[in-house]
Amino acid sequence: MSEVAADATADLVSAVKILPEFRGESSWEVPKEKLLELMRALKEEGMTYLVDITAVDNHGEDPRFEMVYELCDLTARRHLRVKTRVPEGEAVPSVSSVWRGADWHEREAWDMVGVKISGHPDLRRILMWDGYPHHPLRKDFPLEGLPTEMPDIAFTAKAPLEGGPFVTSPAPFSHEREPRARPAEEKSL
Amino acid sequence: MEFGDTLTRTAEMAPQLDVGEKLVLNIGPSHPSTHGVLRLVLELDGEVITKADCDIGYLHRGDEKIAENMTWNQFVPYTDRLDYLAPLANNVAYTCAVEKLMGYELPPRARVTRVICCELARISAHLLGLGAFAMDVGAMTMFLYTFTEREKIYNLIELLTGARFTTSFTRVGGQTRDLPPGFLEGVKEFSEQFVGRLDEFGKMLNRNRIFVDRTKDVGVISAETALDFGLTGPNLRGSGHGYDVRKSFPYLGYETYDFEVPVGQAGDCYDRFAVRMEEMRQSVKILLQAVAKMPEGAWMVEDPKNVLPPKDKVLTKMEELIHQFLVVTQGPDAPPGEIYFGAENPKGELGFYLNSRGGGVPHRLKIRAPSFCNLGILNTLLPGHTVSDVPAILGSIDFVMGECDR
Repeated sequence: MSEVAADATADLVSAVKILPEFRGESSWEVPKEKLLELMRALKEEGMTYLVDITAVDNHGEDPRFEMVYELCDLTARRHLRVKTRVPEGEAVPSVSSVWRGADWHEREAWDMVGVKISGHPDLRRILMWDGYPHHPLRKDFPLEGLPTEMPDIAFTAKAPLEGGPFVTSPAPFSHEREPRARPAEEKSL
Repeated sequence: MEFGDTLTRTAEMAPQLDVGEKLVLNIGPSHPSTHGVLRLVLELDGEVITKADCDIGYLHRGDEKIAENMTWNQFVPYTDRLDYLAPLANNVAYTCAVEKLMGYELPPRARVTRVICCELARISAHLLGLGAFAMDVGAMTMFLYTFTEREKIYNLIELLTGARFTTSFTRVGGQTRDLPPGFLEGVKEFSEQFVGRLDEFGKMLNRNRIFVDRTKDVGVISAETALDFGLTGPNLRGSGHGYDVRKSFPYLGYETYDFEVPVGQAGDCYDRFAVRMEEMRQSVKILLQAVAKMPEGAWMVEDPKNVLPPKDKVLTKMEELIHQFLVVTQGPDAPPGEIYFGAENPKGELGFYLNSRGGGVPHRLKIRAPSFCNLGILNTLLPGHTVSDVPAILGSIDFVMGECDR
């Protein structure tokens, strides 16, 4: 039994890739298949406080999404970041069975970036309304928004930032006025 | 079958007979006790809540998306609108995060100034939370008393930043300006008289029969559950867990101040209230220490290419003018990398996860909003309580929807 456990631990350790330290923070990267196992082990080790979960859209890279978990060991005063990459269309396992607080964070990741979460007890949109078709924090979602199929609701129309005090030259598209705004892509989301 | 009184008999038979319809009650999104635009959908069996669903997002403005489209300094005004009861503390937390990414070490004067900002904001936010909480459970007068004190803080903030509400006081590498003359004296004067006022507030509520009856043993959260849900701030400490970012991961030199972290025992609404009351006392203690040790000297980091130069030099010197132009148009040139910075805000740990690919714009900026995490427990906490407990629980959780929805 202990051999099996030791094997599992060795297996897990070999799967973890330790990323270079930056500003005194350590980050680990783990394949998403091993994520749940690692998270359980880390909680056993004392990482009892899940600070935050962030979904990052690295648009244009191959595993498109990245899930970032910030963990904290409050007795040892240690912070650890665990990251896992998720290709488009694939799901990442839910950690809400490990920390109940992960529930809302994962709903937000699904709502805002559109990372699918498998094994989540209640995966609904959280900030946007039910039935909203887009994922606004994706990089190919334009800043001014996209219209949806509910034409009578104000927020379903595009909202170009025109007429504000910092808009110097009115132009039809926000990426022409705002140099950093990404143009809307034709591809539907 | 025993033949007791009618009420007992009905209550005992109810589950077998399946009598009594469940009622679905909608509270909010615009209701006085929800303090903003929180919507609760409650399933009731009589007066008792059997299921709760918390619906948020009515104040969602897409701050994180907006942040990806602007430079680091341009995002400061958006942080005012997160926890709009403590804008100064949000400004400080955000710029501290960017400074961590830049690798800056703030000069001592800037650090002490920011500590004063944070603690003034904490008192101001707790005062509003306290007044609104007391009003929700029936003590109207408290609100007027706390607002009198908040007014004094607002006057100080106006003196410091020029704005009462939307302060936007900090910039990457320091503040927009140095302390104005008379500010420190004002803070000292406020702090000294405030302790007496706090005692008065305590006298009004601590043993107030109605207040105690409505808050004791209501909304009990154990320390394990609180941590499991990621509760922070007074909500976690009310449950008896002593986690405070200022002590565990000190920033801005908080380790050099002498203050204590109050914790509760029972984890009920009353304990959360008591923790906030004591925290204000500790904040006063920190304020007085900060005023006493305010060092002279620089209040901006020395990094001409990335930090806004002083205005008088911009208007008279060529080089500073160029730097100003570059910093304003392109933003501070941040190194590629990612950091997380958490600060102890009035509502809990306000954290920023910054993912930079280099340059003046974040690749991804995630706000870890304490109110968002604190509200996550409601679906589990509310069932079993009566409808009349809902305002007490909501008031004691003390959330701000601007921060929750971002």
